[in-house]
Amino acid sequence: MSTEARPLIIGSSPHIRVRQSVPDIMFHVCLALVPVVVFSVWTFGISALLLIMTTVIACVATEHVSCRIAGKATTIGDWSVTVTGLILGLTLPPATPLWMAVLGSIFGVAITKSLFGGLGYNCFNPALVGRAFLQIAFPITLTTWTPPNLVGRFASVLPSTLTMPFMRSDGEALQAYVQRALEAGGVDGWSGATPLSLWKFSETPQFEELPRLFMGSIAGSAGETATWLIILGGAYLIVRNMMNWRIPVGMLLSAFLLSGAFWLSDKSAYPSPMFMLFSGGLMFGAVFMASDMVASPMTTSGVWIYGFFIGIVTVVIRIFGALPEGVMFAILLGNAVSPLITSATQPRTYGLVRQKNG
Amino acid sequence: MSVEKKGPSSWDVLFAGFWRENPVFVMLLGACPTLAVTNNVINCFAMGISVLFVLVMSGILISLLRNFIPKQVRIASFIVVIATFVTIVDYVIPTISLDLYDSLGAFIQLIVVNCIILGRAEACASRNGVGRAILDAIGMGVGFTIALLCLGVVREVLGNGTLLMNTPYEISLFGANFEPWSIMILPPGGFFVLGMELLVINWFRKRKEARALATAKA
Repeated sequence: MSTEARPLIIGSSPHIRVRQSVPDIMFHVCLALVPVVVFSVWTFGISALLLIMTTVIACVATEHVSCRIAGKATTIGDWSVTVTGLILGLTLPPATPLWMAVLGSIFGVAITKSLFGGLGYNCFNPALVGRAFLQIAFPITLTTWTPPNLVGRFASVLPSTLTMPFMRSDGEALQAYVQRALEAGGVDGWSGATPLSLWKFSETPQFEELPRLFMGSIAGSAGETATWLIILGGAYLIVRNMMNWRIPVGMLLSAFLLSGAFWLSDKSAYPSPMFMLFSGGLMFGAVFMASDMVASPMTTSGVWIYGFFIGIVTVVIRIFGALPEGVMFAILLGNAVSPLITSATQPRTYGLVRQKNG
Repeated sequence: MSVEKKGPSSWDVLFAGFWRENPVFVMLLGACPTLAVTNNVINCFAMGISVLFVLVMSGILISLLRNFIPKQVRIASFIVVIATFVTIVDYVIPTISLDLYDSLGAFIQLIVVNCIILGRAEACASRNGVGRAILDAIGMGVGFTIALLCLGVVREVLGNGTLLMNTPYEISLFGANFEPWSIMILPPGGFFVLGMELLVINWFRKRKEARALATAKA
């Protein structure tokens, strides 16, 4: 070692730092989403590929343009808007017309993120707001599902995907296309519903078998079906310490407990807790959407409350609400209350004694 | 114009409400009917005309009575005057069109508590002569109608694909295959459209001010 004088750096703690930056974390979230995207394209074909590509490109373009309008340096390099685009694409039904996907991307990124000041200032998850906008604007299209593993899914797109902008997607053409593809695959008919709506809206509740739910050979949004890949992605992020594990665990635990209580009260009417966890978007929402760093509380106890709140609201909407799926609105409600949770769970400052009320 | 009068000219009073001091876009008054009834153009038009009528008539009466109303009870007196004309509107509209009356619902009666009318009574009619009160009322009423139509056109075009729906003059803009954005007909659409229009208007205003400042400096 040389004995030359080196500057002595004196700083306050922390002295050991992790080289973890926002672009770094967001890039790894993208990596964790890659298997989900691949599986989605495998089950739903090139329509899903086009859909996800469209949302990613539209989100990145919106971010770039709104940064330019605001006179700021563009922030598309930090991967966060790519994550938004991927998540939005994965939460839409595979047959969503591309123009709606573009509209949702613009709405989510421009209104929820850019207008509030960009990354770190968005009080809601931009992808979810984009999806909620589409869900309320086009309720029928956004609940039109297509079966997985159709024959010929890599040869042609679904007829609704390439609908002209502002025009209605042709539901009959889509149905005919699905029917032809099913017959080519040796299947006679298909109910046109997700496992959740089959349970909720059938005369006698039907419960999809758990292995199929777990492996993802079911109808649903493009990226929410492959539960096992979502768990793998989440585990990867948790191991790399890039996600607060308490949020998904709290959310899944509370959903499990509440739906378990209902299941024990009447096993023929209510689905088992495992069905609740593996169906719909609960797993995807818990791992990739509720854990949004900006829109979740900052304190440890607050994060538990937040996770439990979302899990409970999800189950309540699923069982009592008008919609079969409640994860999206539950997470948005959780986002809305998270500043309140943060301020209510502030830890005691070191050295101060908590004053008794009264 | 006489020399001792230092206030704005009559034209200024009339045109202030149209755009520069627009009750909705600049003063942000009367947001309740603005958000509630603007889901199609004809509702906006009916609401705007009703408010215009109530503004002008109550402006005239309050201006005439301004020296007889005791200061302590002026708000209550204004409300009585306004309520009188709202009642007239409330009886006239169903005789013109019952459907229109049903679609406007309680918002006709709620004109009584519209801040624009009470605000103009307090700020203008109770302090000025009849002529100026009428000009101000017309300006504000037309400005309110313009603002409602700005929202209503966007919401009806996106939410239904038409203009002037529920009238014999209905125009379909996109043909039968248009996919309506049902969120635009629902209350959230009102908030979104008002927010976006305020954004655009304020953006242009800021830019204009910045340019005026730059030229003044240069």
